[in-house]
Amino acid sequence: MVTDRAYLKGARMGAGLSQLDAEISSVLGVLMSSGADRVEPEVLQPADVLLDLYGEDIRARAFVTRDDRAEMMLRPDFTVPLVRLHAAAELEEARYAYCGPVWRRQEFGSERPREYLQAGFELFGASDQATADAEVLALILEAVGDAGVRFVTGDMGLAISAIDALDASDARKAALRRHLWRPQRFQSLLRRYGVDHALHVEKRRELVEVLNSGGLDAAIRDAGKPVGLRSADEVARRVRALAEESETAPLDPGAVSFLEAVLAVKGSSTEALARLRDLQDGQAGFAQAVDRLEARLAAFEARGIDPEELAFEGSFGRTTLEYYDGFVFGAEAVDAPDLPALASGGRYDALTRTLSQGDGMTAVGGMIRVEALAALRRAGA
Amino acid sequence: MSVKLGIPSKGRLQEGTIDWFGERGIRISKSRMGREYQGQVEGIEGVELVLISAGEIPGELAAGRLHLGVTGQDLVREEIARWSERLVELSPMGFGFADLVVAVPAFWVDVVSMSDLDAAAARFRAVHGHRLRVATKYHHLVREFFRSHGVADYQLVDSQGATEGTVRNLTAEAVADITSTGSTLRENHLRVLDDGLILKSGATLFLSGAAEWGDGEREALVEVCSRIGAEVPGV
Repeated sequence: MVTDRAYLKGARMGAGLSQLDAEISSVLGVLMSSGADRVEPEVLQPADVLLDLYGEDIRARAFVTRDDRAEMMLRPDFTVPLVRLHAAAELEEARYAYCGPVWRRQEFGSERPREYLQAGFELFGASDQATADAEVLALILEAVGDAGVRFVTGDMGLAISAIDALDASDARKAALRRHLWRPQRFQSLLRRYGVDHALHVEKRRELVEVLNSGGLDAAIRDAGKPVGLRSADEVARRVRALAEESETAPLDPGAVSFLEAVLAVKGSSTEALARLRDLQDGQAGFAQAVDRLEARLAAFEARGIDPEELAFEGSFGRTTLEYYDGFVFGAEAVDAPDLPALASGGRYDALTRTLSQGDGMTAVGGMIRVEALAALRRAGA
Repeated sequence: MSVKLGIPSKGRLQEGTIDWFGERGIRISKSRMGREYQGQVEGIEGVELVLISAGEIPGELAAGRLHLGVTGQDLVREEIARWSERLVELSPMGFGFADLVVAVPAFWVDVVSMSDLDAAAARFRAVHGHRLRVATKYHHLVREFFRSHGVADYQLVDSQGATEGTVRNLTAEAVADITSTGSTLRENHLRVLDDGLILKSGATLFLSGAAEWGDGEREALVEVCSRIGAEVPGV
């Protein structure tokens, strides 16, 4: 129906719209109580910025349009638009609150809404990560209120630190980090470096022999005319990297199971911390990531959030768009399986580095699907 | 009402289609009416011929404006999301074979698989400052294929023709294109990846489940199926 909104019938006019307006005011009131500035980024965002960040898959998930000036996307979320706004404002630490529609292309035949409202809060440039993470979660929790919602948290930083702590070559670590958000590819890389290593060494044997016999340049020349931007030198460099990988010992099974154990941690945040403390032995570097989790849990407690009651999952955040690299959270309606995640968010320091192609800054935020929240309250009322 | 049969308005696909139906006792004749071609179907009752640009046949089938249509599987899979919910492959026609493949410059001795392409793309981006460009006109099929292989750091660039030349012309680093013998790829110094076969395609007679199928149309369909030796689908 033309009067319906995402998850919310008849909320484009009259009493339905008034009820939604009240919900938005209430949510924004909480989000701005932290001293946040209200912001309203552009709906049309430059497509190249989003494509460079998210890769080609975003085309299947966002509406793309163009005119004589540029290819543009209807904002699929507020994160990138806000980072761009914040960069233009040239402020150090800043808090922003927003509410507005986002647009997502859905698969053919899908009934999921193409347009829905997001209200959210982002905190840029805060120096203390733990208190910033806690501030965001506390605000989102307060804004969602007692609507029958279950929050789950995670920490992509733990997974990244677990990879960094591995006794593995830099090349292997870089490849694993790059594919952390693609679980299937990640698993196949773990096999390639571990149990299937001999198989892959055999596949590369001929090429490595050519390299070792000094015949690589000739082999590249003989294989074909060097067409395109990627040079023969780049090809040769990667062959040398492949040879190095072949000569590297397979990943220790213990290292693989350590990584898998970190990703499999599940329970209350307090239990998760204890489990991760057990796992940290002998993994230099990883202990610091666990320290960060402990500091965050302390900051939660200071904000009145009980870690005993807050769920933690080691893999949480791995299948979202790949930009969270620290604390992550999401919230689902307990008794309304038809509704999408009511809230989600996390830390994305690395994204700001990529966007600014330089230093970047700390960034953490969260958003609420306001219409879904209103629908949940309406169902509960 | 009659069954609307869409066939390509020109080219080799049309010739093959006319021969294929002719061998099965369904004669298709063309006549020129001024600037436009018109066609008739003879030797079978209740089938009306529609000459239409090959590229439009998948969409017309999906919309139900054609009951039957001849086109390549590649076009149907590219253009019609969840095509199998609306279209039925009534019969392969034994011509118009083509493979949709991923190909890279032959001198890339370090890249033989999709996994290699992904690793090369990561390095390429670090060196050149932009994602590795793959030229294609099959955006959906290629994106889905790359996603299923976990390839990142690539970008699709649109190429509606002469795709093999894009690498030489420095507008792409790799291509995903249709090939029948691979000779055009080789002439352009390109090589197909070992696991780079996205789709094997051939000319196919499709049936639209979205079209109106009344008693008259069903009767004609039964006759068509009997001539071409296909099972009558439930429509």
